[in-house]
Amino acid sequence: MSTEAAHTDEAHATTGHYVRIAIVLTVLTILEVATYYVAIPFALLVPLLLVLAGTKFALVVAYYMHLRYDSKLFSGFFFFGFTIEILLLIALMVLFGIRSG
Amino acid sequence: MSDAAVAHEAQEEHPTSTGLNHRKILMWAFLGSECIFFGSLITTYLVYRGKSVVGPYPSEILNIPLTSISTFVLLMSSLAMVLALAGFERAASAGANEDRKRRELQKGRFWLLMTAVLGTGFLGFQAYEFIEFVHHGLGLTTNLFGTTFFVLTGFHGTHVGVGVLWLVSILVLSYFGKVKPLDVELGGLYWHFVDIVWIIIFTLIYLIPH
Amino acid sequence: MATVADVRTQERVSTGAAIWSWVTTIDHKRIGVLYFVTSLIYFIVAGFEALLIRLQLATPEGQLLDSDTYNQLFTMHGTAMVFMVAMPMAAAFFNFLIPLMIGARDVAFPRLNAFSYWTFLGGSLLMHSSFLFGQAPDGGWFGYANLTSKEYSPGLSIDFWGLGLLVLGVASVAAALNFIITIINLRAPGMTLMRMPVFVWMTFVTSFLIIFAFPAITAALIFLEFDRLFGTNFYEVAEGGDPMLWQHLFWVFGHPEVYILVLPGFGIASEILPTFSRKPIFGYSAMVFAAVSIGFLGFSVWAHHMFTTGMGTIADAAFAGSTMLIAIPTGIKMFNWVATCFGGRISFTTPMLFALGFLTTFLIGGLTGPMLAAVPLDLHFQDSYFVVGHFHYVLFGGLILALMGGVYYWFPKITGRMMDERIGKWHFWIMFAGMNLTFFPMHFVGLDGMPRRVGTYAAGMGWDFWNMFITVSAFLIGVSILVFLWNLVASYVKGVPAGNDPWDARTLEWAIPSPPPEHNFDEIPHITHRDQVWFDKYGDGHGDAAQLRKTSAAVAEPAEDSDEEHEVHMPDPSYWPLLVSAGLTIAAAGLMIHIAVSVFGVAWTIISVYAWSLEPASTPPEEH
Ligand code: HEM
Ligand SMILES: [Cu+2]
Repeated sequence: MSTEAAHTDEAHATTGHYVRIAIVLTVLTILEVATYYVAIPFALLVPLLLVLAGTKFALVVAYYMHLRYDSKLFSGFFFFGFTIEILLLIALMVLFGIRSG
Repeated sequence: MSDAAVAHEAQEEHPTSTGLNHRKILMWAFLGSECIFFGSLITTYLVYRGKSVVGPYPSEILNIPLTSISTFVLLMSSLAMVLALAGFERAASAGANEDRKRRELQKGRFWLLMTAVLGTGFLGFQAYEFIEFVHHGLGLTTNLFGTTFFVLTGFHGTHVGVGVLWLVSILVLSYFGKVKPLDVELGGLYWHFVDIVWIIIFTLIYLIPH
Repeated sequence: MATVADVRTQERVSTGAAIWSWVTTIDHKRIGVLYFVTSLIYFIVAGFEALLIRLQLATPEGQLLDSDTYNQLFTMHGTAMVFMVAMPMAAAFFNFLIPLMIGARDVAFPRLNAFSYWTFLGGSLLMHSSFLFGQAPDGGWFGYANLTSKEYSPGLSIDFWGLGLLVLGVASVAAALNFIITIINLRAPGMTLMRMPVFVWMTFVTSFLIIFAFPAITAALIFLEFDRLFGTNFYEVAEGGDPMLWQHLFWVFGHPEVYILVLPGFGIASEILPTFSRKPIFGYSAMVFAAVSIGFLGFSVWAHHMFTTGMGTIADAAFAGSTMLIAIPTGIKMFNWVATCFGGRISFTTPMLFALGFLTTFLIGGLTGPMLAAVPLDLHFQDSYFVVGHFHYVLFGGLILALMGGVYYWFPKITGRMMDERIGKWHFWIMFAGMNLTFFPMHFVGLDGMPRRVGTYAAGMGWDFWNMFITVSAFLIGVSILVFLWNLVASYVKGVPAGNDPWDARTLEWAIPSPPPEHNFDEIPHITHRDQVWFDKYGDGHGDAAQLRKTSAAVAEPAEDSDEEHEVHMPDPSYWPLLVSAGLTIAAAGLMIHIAVSVFGVAWTIISVYAWSLEPASTPPEEH
């Protein structure tokens, strides 16, 4: 309990900070949606979208979920699951890709 | 959800080996496990992409503008959620300053309510979207797209629903003086998790062209 | 109070109150006992099913069972052995021992722990209730799509299986989360991670595997049930679906699952071998490291179960390679166990015999493993009795023998009485002979082409002798289990009192009374060494009587007045965990009856969750 309070202390938990992140998230979302209206080659579009989504993901996890300031243990749990899943996703997409020729 | 509802107060007062709270580790471990669950649903959607043998196909039916708005609504609910937590935390650290304590607590409650309202709004959009799809002839069993789409987004929606219920419960309990900042924080972690899952779903299902 | 033995005193007071105290218990030791007794009953049931299977196969053209019954029996045998015997029996040991070994008073979430047990019971009863309707699951323990589709498996049999497994999954994940937090957070002062007993480490890794592997089968089962109940297309070939999806998701879970099954066995052996060799475990850090790397690698090998599905050469080679890689950490463990015994002063007690039996049979199972991982060989082994021989060597040899050793080793701690050594040795030798005579010849008939899961075979295939031989040997295993049950009951009733530390052992649980008091430790011990209890007894020495220091100085409870006890404040019993589990089980069962029943079950669950979270964990001390 004691460290709990220290981790999420007001030093970084300011409203302004949170709002600034929300603005960045909004801008990124607008960019994402914009790709729908602009013609971008597929080969470029996919990586672009993944980067945008990845950034949003990272911002929420790091700042709204406080992982950046919190115990490494929590990041460990989360990213272990996340990493296994990404690897499985890639492996299965490849395997099914081979399958349908 | 029942996992996190487990408050073992007797232990909280004792020091723990890592100095970290039991329930918070539980929450993170649970979220790590949930990654695999949603990951499996998303993987299934992706390996079945473009394999439907009859329509309607995604490109004919997905409503990007509408979903962009609902995505934004859910994103803003995450902002409301952190502000709610900040309110509860400041109230708890206000010490003897009763006036400040009450003010911060009020703020915390307001933002908690906003989170639940925005979450409900997201669910409203989803319900509308589902009904529209059915009108356009896409049901759960119509084709592979319908199957994978409805099950994936449906399970996500169920998580949002559970989250709304959870946050409202915290809100109500806070009037009985039973809520500590940690309770809000745990609900918040779950809430943000549901949000990041949607960030991924939005990109992979809606934005990447079919 | 804490254990079986104490209940006898309570019984005199009132049987009703005693039963109620078990229903509402949240004491990890009692929950451990509940897990053990339940899994033992399932062991008998599933073992009985195996004997029926073997009777049918004893002679060519067997007439005992029709093919439907045969399918149900091997499916329920396999499913029950994995999910209702192996896992919960390991959980019984986790429950009883983990808090004791790390110097804690209970697990991190005692009520969640009770919830895990009741949910396990609910799910397993749900699946077994299928027998009442003559609709026992019959799709094999890995229930391949699309045999399990509504088209090919009409009726409810597969639904009993799928929904039962979903409920069991909730139980396993909840229990695993609980042990992870307990091990991370409730270690006694000074008990660093690298001072934990190896058994605790194995529990830790197992629990991680559970929380990261189960969600995959949960998703696969949800797809299956959606297909069956609501007509979705996940595994529907005509709609573009692919049955291979099931296989992938199942084995993404399934291979980590085999480590979930066997790591607890590793843990038990790693406690027994040092105690009876009177030496510390050899290469402690290598043991830990090997287990962790087995855990990691376990996620990268799933498709070695799918070599015959035509994944392509590159995929086959990759999965064969990653599988072979696992032989390295497993080999490290093997060598370390042997080195632990090497040069030790070994006493061949029953637990030690079982641990050595584990070593030898697991080695054989471990050697046929890489044979199966070699793709060209596997193309011939797949679905033959060779595979049945292989995995029974690892499961029976690797797990059941270790668990049996664990029972003999910790029975004195749990009940306060010794198990009979003479009967125990009979038990060991009959079981050891029986299992080798049963499962070794399975390799031969497998190589001769006998398929698994087929209920009859023609005469003159050259399989007749060995099949009869296997069946007779299987009954030898049956006899050994009767001997075991007899020993269990007789020792419980009139075993010799054990004292705190009958084996002159090493880990914390041996410093406290047998059976342990409800709060385990009067005073939480301070840890300065690995094998703390041994150190307290002998210092750094090797256990010569001359070196014997004051027994358990640091750890044993100070013999102060018993008022001390009343200051330890344990959480109160609760019936809400049971009610939440019941709600979940009803919700799952309802999907086979009527959706209204499910809605009722969900509502019940939600209400109980609220009641649970609003219930104070313990009454404040003043109110006593
Ligand atoms: C009591 C001694 C046991 C005997 C005599 C026995 C016998 C058998 C036999 C004959 C089969 C093959 C049925 C067939 O292919 O037609 C089988 C399958 C199986 N057994 Fe056992 N078994 C025993 C213990 C165990 C244990 C302890 C486990 C696991 C912890 C286990 C797990 C399995 C599994 C997973 C299958 C595969 C079921 C399937 O094909 O779906 N068995 N057993
Ligand atoms: Cu495997």
